[in-house]
Amino acid sequence: MLYDVLIDPFVQMFALPDFFLQVLWEGFVSGVLYALIALGFVLIYKSSRIFNFAQGIMVVFSALTLVGLHSMGVPAIAAVPLTLLVMYLLAMSIERVVLRPLVNQPDIILFMATIGITLFLIGFGQLVFGGDNKVMITEQLGIPTGAFELEPFGGFVLIEQKDLTAVTLAILLVVGLLVFLNKTKMGRAIRALGDDHQAALSVGISLSTIWVLVWFIAGVIALVTGVVWGARAGVSFALEVIAYKALPVLMLGGLESVSGAIVGGIAIGILEKIFEIYWGQPFLGGNTETWFPFIFALLVLLFRPQGLFGERIIERI
Amino acid sequence: MNAFVADKALSSANPSADEDREVLLNVENVSLSFGGVKAITDISFDILKGEIRAIIGPNGAGKTSMLNVINGFYHPQEGTITWQGKVRNKIKPHEAVSQGIARTFQNVALFKGMSTLDNIMAGRSTRMKANIFFQMIWYGAAMREEIEHRKRVEDIIDFLEIQAIRRTPVGKLPYGLQKRVELARALAMEPELLLLDEPMAGMNLEEKEDMSRFIVDVNQEFGTTIALIEHDMGVVMDLSDRVVVLDYGKKIADGRPEEVQANQNVIDAYLGVAH
Amino acid sequence: MIFRTAGQFKTSYEADQALFPIKQDFYLVLGVLLLAYVVFPLTASEFAFKALLVPVLIYSLAALGLNILTGYCGQLSLGTAAFMGVGAYATYKFMSIFPEMNIFVAIFLSGFFSAAVGVAFGLPSLRIKGFYLAIATLAAQFFLVWLFEKWAWLYNYNASGAIEVSTSSVFGITVTGPTALPIVQYYCVLIVVTLVTWFAINLTRGRYGRMWKATRDMDIAAELVGIKLITAKLTAFAVSSYIVGIAGGLLVFFWKGAAEPNLFDIPLSFQILFIAIIGGLGSILGNYLGAILIVALPVVLNLLPNALGIPIDSATLEHLNVMIVGALIIAFLILEPHGLARFYAIIREKLILWPFPY
Repeated sequence: MLYDVLIDPFVQMFALPDFFLQVLWEGFVSGVLYALIALGFVLIYKSSRIFNFAQGIMVVFSALTLVGLHSMGVPAIAAVPLTLLVMYLLAMSIERVVLRPLVNQPDIILFMATIGITLFLIGFGQLVFGGDNKVMITEQLGIPTGAFELEPFGGFVLIEQKDLTAVTLAILLVVGLLVFLNKTKMGRAIRALGDDHQAALSVGISLSTIWVLVWFIAGVIALVTGVVWGARAGVSFALEVIAYKALPVLMLGGLESVSGAIVGGIAIGILEKIFEIYWGQPFLGGNTETWFPFIFALLVLLFRPQGLFGERIIERI
Repeated sequence: MNAFVADKALSSANPSADEDREVLLNVENVSLSFGGVKAITDISFDILKGEIRAIIGPNGAGKTSMLNVINGFYHPQEGTITWQGKVRNKIKPHEAVSQGIARTFQNVALFKGMSTLDNIMAGRSTRMKANIFFQMIWYGAAMREEIEHRKRVEDIIDFLEIQAIRRTPVGKLPYGLQKRVELARALAMEPELLLLDEPMAGMNLEEKEDMSRFIVDVNQEFGTTIALIEHDMGVVMDLSDRVVVLDYGKKIADGRPEEVQANQNVIDAYLGVAH
Repeated sequence: MIFRTAGQFKTSYEADQALFPIKQDFYLVLGVLLLAYVVFPLTASEFAFKALLVPVLIYSLAALGLNILTGYCGQLSLGTAAFMGVGAYATYKFMSIFPEMNIFVAIFLSGFFSAAVGVAFGLPSLRIKGFYLAIATLAAQFFLVWLFEKWAWLYNYNASGAIEVSTSSVFGITVTGPTALPIVQYYCVLIVVTLVTWFAINLTRGRYGRMWKATRDMDIAAELVGIKLITAKLTAFAVSSYIVGIAGGLLVFFWKGAAEPNLFDIPLSFQILFIAIIGGLGSILGNYLGAILIVALPVVLNLLPNALGIPIDSATLEHLNVMIVGALIIAFLILEPHGLARFYAIIREKLILWPFPY
């Protein structure tokens, strides 16, 4: 029994290295997407101290809008900028209606407000686009759908082109974001706001402009995530659950760390897959992916309360 | 090392009146650092039973860190602390409270959502013992205990003249009153040693006078030993029996107020020195 | 005038610390109890019991449990539903292992199971704070629901994977199962809720309440005035999970009659959290007001179009309901972040002074 649990899985990993590579790749791809969603959280938290629970529903909402617009006869080329416009309007109305009246409220109130936004968007999305599953317009957007077969170790590994596209898009997005945050005036303003609201206000940074901008960027990230995840799994409100996966990533990587979100996301994606395949399915009846990331992050946090990338906290009074 | 020698020299210079008093707390060669930053370096001093002991020094001298060490919030890397004749090991802050060390804070640290009464009652938490099942039905031991402690708390409320704000949530009180409630909460712990961290910061003259009166009263009526940090030199010189001066985490002087006032090191630390 | 407190002098601390220091409060509570124990049972229809009264009571009990943890002790939890599940499954196991057991005993005992699980998942709160802890409570949520699904022993290896309530009776009256009368079940739930509420009021105004509130307001200062954070946090987790567990047992045995694991999934957790927030964190009364609002809203929304003669199909109506609840939460947070209970407190203060402005 002990052998089965502790040693046998590793033996299998070595015995079938091509299968193990396949598992790693699949885990990596979902990890990249978790990282993307986590990035949306981090961006908003950094600039406004809001734990934005609505990030998950924004993924669904943007994907639904894209697909919905296309089904209304808008060509794919035009649907993308239109969806971006919708996300911008969403960011603006959230800032105007929700955030502005709630400035300076305690964190938990703002957090609750984002849950309110989540519910509102779920209801609104279902009302406009219907609650049924939809197919992402993968081909119309020019995303290749074929697959490569690699043949390492005499076995073979299947790599789907849309996964490859997802990873490439994600990398481009992250690089762009890092350049934006570190090299531009707006980026500096966002980081300043994250450090100290009042200080940032007093040197002439406009709170509302930045908030709209940040929520819009989070919307763009959501759209990219929605497109690539939708291409893998279809577009439905069930997509929202993948947003929960970003939460242990945040625990692991820290709420404020961009690099933490990326590393944490990939780590969680790969580890949950490995655990599911080699331990979850054989011993625990499967479907362990729902809780494994949380328990894992919890255990890590017990030993490092500041997360993987946080600094040691010195409490003062 | 220097500081230690200076301490020896000063304490031998003290008049004999102080020497037959019992030493309540003795700090010996304590050093504390965070990472590479040294907050306190090799500090030694003692607090005698029943005295008012002031700790002064410029900003960042390590005064608050010193109090944090005394009540077990920080643990020094080196040195020993002797409390009532026994060398103390690493303790938790709540253990310090049950040993009889209470304190107030530089930035008011009250429980903002609770009423004045509840804040002060919270100071008696360590003394309340009734179990959760009696608490649930508010009967027997739980109720007797609640009333008994309420009486003590009301005495303190009378003493500090805050009857009128008994039921007000402390978050709504002006700053001066908040400081007073904080003192009340510390007194509710019935401490042997009361640590006051800048009890008069941000107060106007009248409030300072009130606060000074309370501090002297506490010291004389209850016999509570007091260690206080304060920037108002007038207050320090008037109230305290002995003063210890810190600068950059080191002790630079120790003695009676008038001795300290005349000390060249102290003058240099406060006014700066020509290099 | 109605609420005039003049002339009510206290001559002992005992009187000052009584449950109702002001007479009018006592009459008010008496009135509400009268309404709940006499008027509603006489007038309510079966539909009203099943769709309004019983759900309101059970949800407010769960929200009360959550409120002790989040509102009083400041530890945000997103896993309430899972702890309700622990209570429900524990009650189910008790009743299937000892079929003769009194259902109330089973429910109150099950509370200890959910309390134990709550303490286990509360242990990280000693090292993890704020949102990190909130996410950590999601670990309990997802793990426990997964466990309810996979651990067949919990549901007696039923093919359906669901638990079903069998008929049981107390003093010869059938209280659970398909044949139990709604009015009987209503009384059962009402008695439990009244009792637990009274316990909760006593706990929150005494030593434990002060410890919890101190931890919530400033944990470092609490530690420095001698409060053991470990005791404060873990008792809050234990008491909260105990109450939540009882609510879970009531939910399945006195209302739903059967449950699948996904009943205890995250939407229920959020629903309870909404009730606590809309009602008011750090208040007992708020839980009832919040529950009334959240339970009544969909019922009213369902009746409204018919009453107005506008035909709306039920799917649209449900979407509208979700949307309105979302909007309502935001509106409430903006208008009164402290919830409905604060509204009541303000009205009461005004009434005490009325008709004189000072």
